[in-house]
Amino acid sequence: MSAIPSTALEIAAAVRSGSLSAREVLDDHLARIDAQDGEINAFNLVMTDEARAAAAAVDARVAAGEDPGPLAGVPLALKDNLCTRGIPTTCSSRILEGWRPPYDATVVQRVNAAGAVSIGKTNLDEFAMGSSTENSAFGPTRNPRDTGRVPGGSSGGSAAAVAAGFAPISLGSDTGGSIRQPAALCGVVGVKPTYGMVSRYGLIAFASSLDQIGPFSTTVADSALLLEAIAGHDGRDSTSIDAPVPSLLESLGQGVDGLRVGLVTELMGEGIAPDVAARVRQAADALTAAGAQVGEVSVPAAAYGLSAYYLIAPAEASSNLARYDGVRYGMRVDAPTTAEMNAATRTAGFGEEVKRRIMLGTYALSAGYYDAYYGKALKVRTLIVRDFEKAYADFDLLLTPTSPTTAFKFGDKTADPLSMYLNDICTIPTNLAGHPAMSVPFGGGSDGMPVGVQLLAPALGESTMFRAAAVLEAAAPALDEVWS
Amino acid sequence: MSARLTRDNVAKVADLARLNLSEAELERYTEQLGAVLDHAEDVASLDLDGVPPTAHPLPLVNVLRDDVVVEGVDRDEVLSQAPSVEDRRFRVPAILGEEP
Repeated sequence: MSAIPSTALEIAAAVRSGSLSAREVLDDHLARIDAQDGEINAFNLVMTDEARAAAAAVDARVAAGEDPGPLAGVPLALKDNLCTRGIPTTCSSRILEGWRPPYDATVVQRVNAAGAVSIGKTNLDEFAMGSSTENSAFGPTRNPRDTGRVPGGSSGGSAAAVAAGFAPISLGSDTGGSIRQPAALCGVVGVKPTYGMVSRYGLIAFASSLDQIGPFSTTVADSALLLEAIAGHDGRDSTSIDAPVPSLLESLGQGVDGLRVGLVTELMGEGIAPDVAARVRQAADALTAAGAQVGEVSVPAAAYGLSAYYLIAPAEASSNLARYDGVRYGMRVDAPTTAEMNAATRTAGFGEEVKRRIMLGTYALSAGYYDAYYGKALKVRTLIVRDFEKAYADFDLLLTPTSPTTAFKFGDKTADPLSMYLNDICTIPTNLAGHPAMSVPFGGGSDGMPVGVQLLAPALGESTMFRAAAVLEAAAPALDEVWS
Repeated sequence: MSARLTRDNVAKVADLARLNLSEAELERYTEQLGAVLDHAEDVASLDLDGVPPTAHPLPLVNVLRDDVVVEGVDRDEVLSQAPSVEDRRFRVPAILGEEP
């Protein structure tokens, strides 16, 4: 319908060459948002004025003969738990409604410096706690492929924004699968980098030892482009890795000839829908056809991943969310004493799932239970790391489903928190190990909704992971091809 | 050690977490948190003596920076976001004189 290219790489090339203006690109995407986001609800806030100013600045630089950078004029959506100076940042929670951060997250600074045009803040499960965006205080996001179904979560708004064409790329955060699972359910690419590869400075903390920021895109190359732009050491995050940023775009054409890929036995059986498992086997066949050696591998400790995660993440969350006390930012519900004000504010400001996790985490950390729950769960992480190390002695990459099922319908899992938590069974082990993983669309399920297959790599193994992702992308059936 | 969670446990935890829960919420959370903790028994019952804990995939320890002054966030910008401010400080209700 329009002459605007669909990928970030193409848009940036056209803007840098002067054949397309950032303003034209922005206008086109704002028009799509205006026409469709009333139904999808991907955005908590569309940054129209700021985006117009950023696009004008990019165009001015091109006119002056300067290079605005690798993301020149590319519209980019930001998950609404990434701090943007002076622009409301809510975490989709009432408790932060109206808050304007006094600083930008490092990733926001980096995408701006690379010439990107931040177009809006996307919806999420409150404080990134959830797998469907149904926990947002501002209403759920709808899956652009079928608006009767969830987009996944917690970064559902960032996934839906890319799937709907509101922006070619977006940023999310992944604590237990919050980038990869919505990417799979919406039929886009989503990457969780190695823990420490991307600075968490300015990412509002959920579970600090697991949280990692990463890209969404429609193509593997665009995720490589965006990850290269945001990765790299940052002195403001003490867990940031001081290592060179891998050349991901360069690795894309290298193929998988001779690579060893392991299909994880524990994540191909019980609990995985048959159509999803079938697509994963088909993806394995595609890698074999491209020259990879595919075998089965066992990661036994992955079976403990879910339990360990639902002790560690709530424990860290209960500590991180203690700061929402009505004193320094966000909402306050007045009461005669500070302690009563703290409780009244938190009671009114937090939604049900956030309260549930704070309660779980507070219990797991309370006197007498710390060693039995949180302490043990941290040790289980070591077992998982060891089992992955064994697997990576024989294999370069691992392959699993991203999500056990395709996108489910609204309300299907809200009554039973445990059934919702089981959605994360394939994605959690990599967060616990701190390893990278990504979801690549690979055809549709028996319901015609997108299926995502997940590639896993050892720490800092992103280059190899992206090589295989590019091969899978080239071999993938159409998103809406029904499995039968 | 499935010391099944009781309503009183949950009420105590809510107090620690500074959350006011209704009787219905206490009941619901007792059941739901109990179910999650039951699921976690597979971890709680593991023998993990001698296994060290993991918090980062790479061996980063004692990350230090040079001791130089850098500009922090703007004080007035920070205070402009607070619910209540007095004399360029955060203002809160009474603290002294609370029930012990």
